[in-house]
Amino acid sequence: MSAKRNPGQSGASGQPSESATTRLSRLLTMVPWLLNRQGVEIEEAAREFAVTPAQVEADLALLFLCGTPGGYHGDLIEAEWESGRVFLGNADTINRPLRLGVDEALALIVGLRALAAVPGIGERDAVVRALAKLEAATGSASAGTSRIQVLIDEGTDEESLGLARQALAARRRIHLRYLVPGRDESTERDVDPMRLINFDAHWYLEGWCHRAEDVRLFRLDRIEALAVLDEDGTPPATAEPRDLDSGVFTPRADDQLVRLALGPGAVWVSDYYPIESIERTPDRGAVINLRTPDTAWLRRLMWQLGSQATVLEPAELAHEVHLGARAALEAYAGSTGSTPASG
Amino acid sequence: MSTKFNAADKTERLLNLVICLLYTRKPLSKARIRNAVPQYGTSASDEAFDRMFERDKDELRELGIPLVTEPYDLLFDDEPGYRIDRREYALPEISFEADELAVLGLASRAWTQATLAGPAAQALRKLEAAGVERDDSSLIGIVPMVRTVEPAFEAVKDAVLQRTPMAFPYRTAGTGEVATRHVQPWAIASWHGHWYLTGYDTDRNAPRVFRLGRIEGKIIIEGSPGSYEVPENHQPTAMINAVAVDRDLRRGALQVRVGAGHSLRRQARTAEVIDDRWSLITVDFTDVEAFAAEICSFGPDVVVKGPPELRESVIRLLTGALGPALSSDEAMV
Repeated sequence: MSAKRNPGQSGASGQPSESATTRLSRLLTMVPWLLNRQGVEIEEAAREFAVTPAQVEADLALLFLCGTPGGYHGDLIEAEWESGRVFLGNADTINRPLRLGVDEALALIVGLRALAAVPGIGERDAVVRALAKLEAATGSASAGTSRIQVLIDEGTDEESLGLARQALAARRRIHLRYLVPGRDESTERDVDPMRLINFDAHWYLEGWCHRAEDVRLFRLDRIEALAVLDEDGTPPATAEPRDLDSGVFTPRADDQLVRLALGPGAVWVSDYYPIESIERTPDRGAVINLRTPDTAWLRRLMWQLGSQATVLEPAELAHEVHLGARAALEAYAGSTGSTPASG
Repeated sequence: MSTKFNAADKTERLLNLVICLLYTRKPLSKARIRNAVPQYGTSASDEAFDRMFERDKDELRELGIPLVTEPYDLLFDDEPGYRIDRREYALPEISFEADELAVLGLASRAWTQATLAGPAAQALRKLEAAGVERDDSSLIGIVPMVRTVEPAFEAVKDAVLQRTPMAFPYRTAGTGEVATRHVQPWAIASWHGHWYLTGYDTDRNAPRVFRLGRIEGKIIIEGSPGSYEVPENHQPTAMINAVAVDRDLRRGALQVRVGAGHSLRRQARTAEVIDDRWSLITVDFTDVEAFAAEICSFGPDVVVKGPPELRESVIRLLTGALGPALSSDEAMV
């Protein structure tokens, strides 16, 4: 054990730039957590605290050097982890976690209030009870949290959400009639549900789509009809849930690169769609790069942006946009309004 | 390597300081603390120790640790003593049921992609430290996600919580012009996936709504915390909704190709068949420009029959979409 008495040399930290206070904050939470779980595996503690097992060992080695004034053997925190299981003792002064800070209370309270407003989530009762206890326990730290609001649900069809949850819990296949607005198509498909994701105030059903033979996301408000089938809905073992780190729509490297010039009135596009890069232009517009497997939706987007946006690349897309706009304008030719020729 | 070594030393020093100040019943003088916490013993001079101790105190307070200053000896009350009140320090004993912890877990995970991810996860760990294990089984696969992609989020949130007047460069939606706005922040809300700020605009002397994504540049604090009041019963989302939605409802007539315009057909108030290629539908709308843009997205599959201003807007957008070079070619035909 004496070899472990120098935490600075552990070299194990997953976060080399971690500040002393961030680490202190973790230690002050880790001690009560471990005291209540004597014999817990190092791996489990690492998962809970989102650090590497080596970092947990380095933390324990540091705790082992601390204690009440005196610095004698009986004053120091006792830590034992050589078996891969952690035992902690003599840490009574810090056996309770520190109160919730303002941001900590805020995150949980605002999150719970957002969940409470979702119809069909089914845990309303637990949400209300948890919220009441939390507000009572946080006191002044929760003051002002009512001025931070999150609406994660705007008019979700309670029935679709409820049915999708049911199918997810029971692992049953779903049949969908689904509107693909990017292509203006109504489609029929069988889906094995994987997750229900709320993202930017919309619910999405993620599942293995038997039509696409791939994982797909379906926005709940675009589902025209949903039926839970009497069939097993376990997705194939190869079905990987999407990595949501960069949003719901993760472009792939081999997707088509598209370059758009946006006028000041169309720069909002860069907030709404996942883009690769943005360069601001002197006219308060921007040039953006994005990747997409399917340019049909972009054609439609370009029509609605009018003169505020231009396709720089690829040339085929620019041409398609032009042809479509011209075809649409033909319907108005000869009417009292302006036509392209007179514009 | 050396900075890391120092960070570990410092963590050790701070932890010993916390334990020492929680352990003591009487406030401790600086001299006593210097003796009690071994890592202070190595500081080179009184001055170096003083500086180090002052910084440590500040950092502990920033973590929310209630370090109090009290006279440590009533006879010599000019020298302060220090301690941490254990009742103020510790999270009150709350016992959560397994299903309550499950929804707390969901609320915490909702922030995974946001700047509050760290505090949200830490809060949940504190609540779970007591030892109850959560039962997530009924919530498996449910993933709510709140994002804070707007760079201004953290600074604006703190100003809202502390009620601190602020100024920021703001890009106006229509013109794209950037101007400095002076605001007493009231609230922030995530609405339709975007963060909005409500507050009192002190230049315009009126309440205003701002989109956090249009704040371009640094937030400047312009006053002290708590220096104004937020109107009682302020309803941020109601105010954002009122600004964002124009309430004058109007009806448009659209000719829609069979097999196309699905999302418009879903909103149709009336629908009739023209022939085997076209239908005629009517749809209610509020904002001419927004509705015209939606119609344009269908390209040649939707044609506006009325009202005239909707038709004009659609023609203008489509003409613009021809592209700069190409549209002038067209004009010469």
